[in-house]
Amino acid sequence: MIFFWAFVVGGLLCVVGQLCFDILRLSPAHTMTLLVVAGAVVEGIVVDGTSLYDRFVSFAGAGATVPITSFGSALVHGALKELSTSGAIGIMAGIFEVTSAGISAALIFSLMAALLVKPKG
Amino acid sequence: MRKGRQSWVFERYPIIRSAATVVGPFEGQGPLGKDFDIVHGDPRINEPSWEKAERRMMEEACTLAIENAKITKENVDFHVGGDLMNQLTSSSFAARTLSIPHIGVFGACSTAMESLALAALLVNSQAALTVLAGTCSHNATAEKQFRYPTEYGSQKPPTAQYTVTGAGASIVSAEGEGPVVTAATIGRVIDMGITDPFNMGAAMAPAAVDTITAHFRDMECGASHYDLIVTGDLAKVGHDIAYALLEKHQIEIPRDKFIDCGMLIYDPVQQQVQSGGSGCGCSAVVTYGHLLRRLKEGQWQRILIVGTGSLHSPITFQQGETIPSIAHAVVIERGKPRIGGAP
Repeated sequence: MIFFWAFVVGGLLCVVGQLCFDILRLSPAHTMTLLVVAGAVVEGIVVDGTSLYDRFVSFAGAGATVPITSFGSALVHGALKELSTSGAIGIMAGIFEVTSAGISAALIFSLMAALLVKPKG
Repeated sequence: MRKGRQSWVFERYPIIRSAATVVGPFEGQGPLGKDFDIVHGDPRINEPSWEKAERRMMEEACTLAIENAKITKENVDFHVGGDLMNQLTSSSFAARTLSIPHIGVFGACSTAMESLALAALLVNSQAALTVLAGTCSHNATAEKQFRYPTEYGSQKPPTAQYTVTGAGASIVSAEGEGPVVTAATIGRVIDMGITDPFNMGAAMAPAAVDTITAHFRDMECGASHYDLIVTGDLAKVGHDIAYALLEKHQIEIPRDKFIDCGMLIYDPVQQQVQSGGSGCGCSAVVTYGHLLRRLKEGQWQRILIVGTGSLHSPITFQQGETIPSIAHAVVIERGKPRIGGAP
């Protein structure tokens, strides 16, 4: 069943992105930012000790973790976790804690791609 | 010389002595592929950058136009040219190689007709005997500058246009044989408030209509005077808008006589170019390659070409400004019209 919901929910998030392009006439950059912020806001809403985005992930699986909204959720997740252990300074320190693997991967793979092909069009 | 508010009549009949076109592989595969002089198999043309490839096409088109006219570059008095790059580098760097006195002009995609009108004016006013007019664009350079970075691979809406990779040049002279430039109408800058650079057709259509209306008014003629009325690069979306606007202004042009360079150059079904082609090279290669060839063959006697250009820059778009547009019209006739007759 998780595969079904992952498929449906992931697809629906893509529909939201497409509607932002076609109806709201947003640029790709604006659409991405909007979805990241939406993920961050949903992560920030905590019900019964668990964030809404975590509940969303347990329901839709990869349908919630693969789309860019999960990046927003991860930013807030890291910041809140560090806030509880290291205080206010943790908000800054924690933002990239959970996402560091993704960001480092983007940097390293970009570098590797740039070594193999001409990086500028 | 000047007729009406914004038109010129060239009573000395400047002749398009020769023309040359150079295109990339995608344009070569299009329906007009056979009309172009050089079709490159590689869009980079073995150059280290796209910009150098664009410049090389411009140089090739200019050199070939000079060769076709059976003259040498020392016989060419001036070179009038422009393109879409910042500071017109493709044209001025090509002019560096040609070492012909150079006049750089910018009218975005209308530059092909702007440069032809100015070349005809120079010859008609006896400021020059022979003038080289040429423009170019390259899909990879223009899309890099005006759209999102190409490597970003973002989705394009159906209203978007595909920049033509190509260069076209012509030799306009007081001597020789060939089609004649008999009149030109210089357009006003029109801005109807369109802000979407993925819908340039809609931004440029009112400019095309304004120039066509002004041309008919100044020349005291109508659509029946021409065998063909060609817009520059409005493409499907913009051309339909222009047609509707002309109907609204009660200017009747039969649908089969009203065509667009941006719709001719690519196959809309096979080549998937959204609305159609655009860029300085679009109206240049379609005019100098396809239209002049058919005119010489006798398919048409008198055609009106309305080059259209959207005058925004990447910065004005990012600052939320609307897209001003312009259109310049040029009349080309087959052979020398009868002296004293209405051109």
